[in-house]
Amino acid sequence: MNAVAAKSSGAMLRLEDVSAGYAGFQALFNVSLEIRPGESIAVIGPNGAGKTTLLRTISKLIGVTSGDILMEGRSLKDVPAHEVIALGIAQVPEGRRLFARLSVEENLKMGAFLPAARPRHSERLKFVYSLFPRLQERSAQIAGTLSGGEQQMCAIGRALMSGPKLLLLDEPSAGLAPVVVQSIFDLVRRICAEGYTVLIVEQNIRQVLKVVDRAYLLETGRIKSSGASAELLASDEIRRAYLGI
Amino acid sequence: MQIFDIFLLEAVLNGLLLGGLLALLSLGLNLVFGVIDVVWICYAELIMIGMYAIYYFYVVFGWPLLLAMAAGVLLVAVAGAALHQFVIRPVLGAEPINQLLVTGGVLFFLQAAATLAFGIEFKNIGVRLPPIVVGDISFSMPRLIAFGVALAGMLAMYVFLKRTYLGTAIRAISQDRGIMPLMGVNPNRIFIFTSALGGGLAGLAACLLVLQYDIHPAIGLSFGPITFLICVLGGLGNMVGGFVAAFIFAQFISVGGFFLAVEWGYVIAFVFFIAMMFWRPQGIWGGK
Amino acid sequence: MRALPWILLAALALAPLMGMGNYPLHMLIQVLLWGFVYTGWSVMGRLGLVSFGHGAFLGIGAYVVVMLWNSYGISPWIGLPIALVLAAVVALLIGYPCFRFKIVGHYFALVTLALSEIARLLIVALRDHTGGSLGVTPKTDLTESSYSLVAMQFSNKLVWFYIVLAVWLAGLWVWKKVDQSMARLALEAISQEEDAAGSIGINVTRLKLGITLISALMTCVGGALYAQYQAYVNPDSVAGIGISLQMVFGVIAGGMYVRLGPTVGAAFTLLLAESLRLMFGNSLHALDSTIYGLMLILFIIFMPKGILGGALEAIRRKKPMPVSAQNA
Repeated sequence: MNAVAAKSSGAMLRLEDVSAGYAGFQALFNVSLEIRPGESIAVIGPNGAGKTTLLRTISKLIGVTSGDILMEGRSLKDVPAHEVIALGIAQVPEGRRLFARLSVEENLKMGAFLPAARPRHSERLKFVYSLFPRLQERSAQIAGTLSGGEQQMCAIGRALMSGPKLLLLDEPSAGLAPVVVQSIFDLVRRICAEGYTVLIVEQNIRQVLKVVDRAYLLETGRIKSSGASAELLASDEIRRAYLGI
Repeated sequence: MQIFDIFLLEAVLNGLLLGGLLALLSLGLNLVFGVIDVVWICYAELIMIGMYAIYYFYVVFGWPLLLAMAAGVLLVAVAGAALHQFVIRPVLGAEPINQLLVTGGVLFFLQAAATLAFGIEFKNIGVRLPPIVVGDISFSMPRLIAFGVALAGMLAMYVFLKRTYLGTAIRAISQDRGIMPLMGVNPNRIFIFTSALGGGLAGLAACLLVLQYDIHPAIGLSFGPITFLICVLGGLGNMVGGFVAAFIFAQFISVGGFFLAVEWGYVIAFVFFIAMMFWRPQGIWGGK
Repeated sequence: MRALPWILLAALALAPLMGMGNYPLHMLIQVLLWGFVYTGWSVMGRLGLVSFGHGAFLGIGAYVVVMLWNSYGISPWIGLPIALVLAAVVALLIGYPCFRFKIVGHYFALVTLALSEIARLLIVALRDHTGGSLGVTPKTDLTESSYSLVAMQFSNKLVWFYIVLAVWLAGLWVWKKVDQSMARLALEAISQEEDAAGSIGINVTRLKLGITLISALMTCVGGALYAQYQAYVNPDSVAGIGISLQMVFGVIAGGMYVRLGPTVGAAFTLLLAESLRLMFGNSLHALDSTIYGLMLILFIIFMPKGILGGALEAIRRKKPMPVSAQNA
């Protein structure tokens, strides 16, 4: 693929040779990827590959040391972390990170903190509740007392409250019981079906590849391969290394 | 015997009113601690600055009292925001004890700067509200006002924190600072706002204190310590707990001062405080 | 190079004999006395036990000794041990539950703050005996001679200089012993990670209590000496939040983690105050504290290791040779 063709492909989010890391430790090396509108893609890879760092970099919680991130053609270079969401990028962070002492409804309210999102608060709340009726039942409950699956719903709901174009999901299945994991992936599928563009980071490779359209394989901070989900599921490399077949 | 009881009742009731004032004092400090996790040791000195401001606006510049007070509140609010931006923010990443100490440095500075600027003479705005007499019992009018303002302030704070986006963000940020940017919240802006609000509450306390007390550079020392202890007793950052603790402390001071000398009331209150810390280190109102 | 500290010490000890004026001598005594008190504070402060309550121990030392002498004619030589016992009891009473219930950081600072306020208020409340806020003067025994050993009163500043010098040296020695002993390692582990220290079998509570006791007793001695030397004390100068904070800040200014840091802090604060007073006269008598307060803020933000700590670090960074020779 030549560079000009890629530019004109109408990607929603593009990462161009992005390197990033923490003080004295580089976690991402020249990562390039793109997500087109309406697409759902996954970044898969082993523990410590830099998947979470990747999402934190896109949300500007970590600085980019070289390369660039473009959201709908706009560079995120000078966008501070708290303004990324205003561009339509919402993240469900690793470990859910709910505000444990706030109620479910207050957590959702925080998701709609952006002044632009506030007028549509009740409309989106209705939408989130229709997606997760369980949350409506528990709306007054303190978030810290929810079950793991409910917390994940609440975290996803919170991210949806800003009305994002692109949803970043960080290991949504981590720490959940196997039964719950299945239902979380069903949820992700429904969110994709709602027309959201989704970037999901997962270790649970077999499951996530059934949900997304395409995937990138990230290893030690570098993109190793990429392709359509079915292709990757069938590839020897993935099967041997990650699916244990 | 009859008269004795009446005086005791008066002491109890005045203690209740004093409790209102102390509760107001603790409100701003608790807010700042709850959100930013920093104890403003110089909190009472901010109040002192507010008292001087009101004195100058009202007595020296001849502004109407209410305008002078409003300007005083605003000034201390700005001082609170500046305190965060220029003093707290640079040490937010440092050891927690440095944050405590740096505000202690501000205490020193403000107290000395006030001495330098205003001298050590006692100043008074010369407004004396008459006591309210009901039967044989007389109430201090300023304390009655302070009580009302404290209750109203508490209520307004509750509604603000519970109902508004900003209030919710303020409660959220104390639970998870790190992900606030993902909500589109600029943590520093919340901190600045909270500091301004805490400063504003200190300014409000200053409005009530100028009605009752003379102003001098060391006045902060006379009610600073008790404010900290109330906040700790109530559980630092716990505004409801602080409220309850304020009334308990006030009773010790008022009733203790009635039976013995005023200092004894304070001594008893402080001993009670230390005893309570060992019984319930998390504060009287703390859950677990 | 090893001889350097001894030479400096000898110079210090002999300096007053070279016809030093009364005023410089007075300053020197003050620096050493407060240097000793600050050193006492830093014994625990440097281990993360930031006490805002040392005014209480200072007050006990000053007032118990003076009160026993004034009211009962008990010599300060007997009064001092009584004060020490009292200070020890108070230190244990406050320390044990604090360490037991792991009251640390802000909470420890604020609990101890209550302690120093109690001491101040008690002195004021007992005004019939203590003279209240007006302060008190030890009854003088210097009727005929220039000194009274029984009353621990000496009109000759030279005597005071050598007493204070000896005490100060003893204080540095204690600091060093605490520093060298196992307790240092253990407590440093505690101030980092209390639970970890507990799990490797260190009795955290006992160690902290021991340190607190040493620190409280040193401060108590300092209070007693201060009262005897100045022949006047009042509640604000030896108890309460003001003096307690002053101790904390003196140590921070000088440097909490080096042995001479607290002394440097004492010298710095006293000399700053004096020189500004000489420069501007008494009309601007809060100027020194204003500048001092401002410097404190800047210190904590930009140089948290203090003057001496920061200077030593800078030197160390320039040349690899250790500068332990600086420690007298």
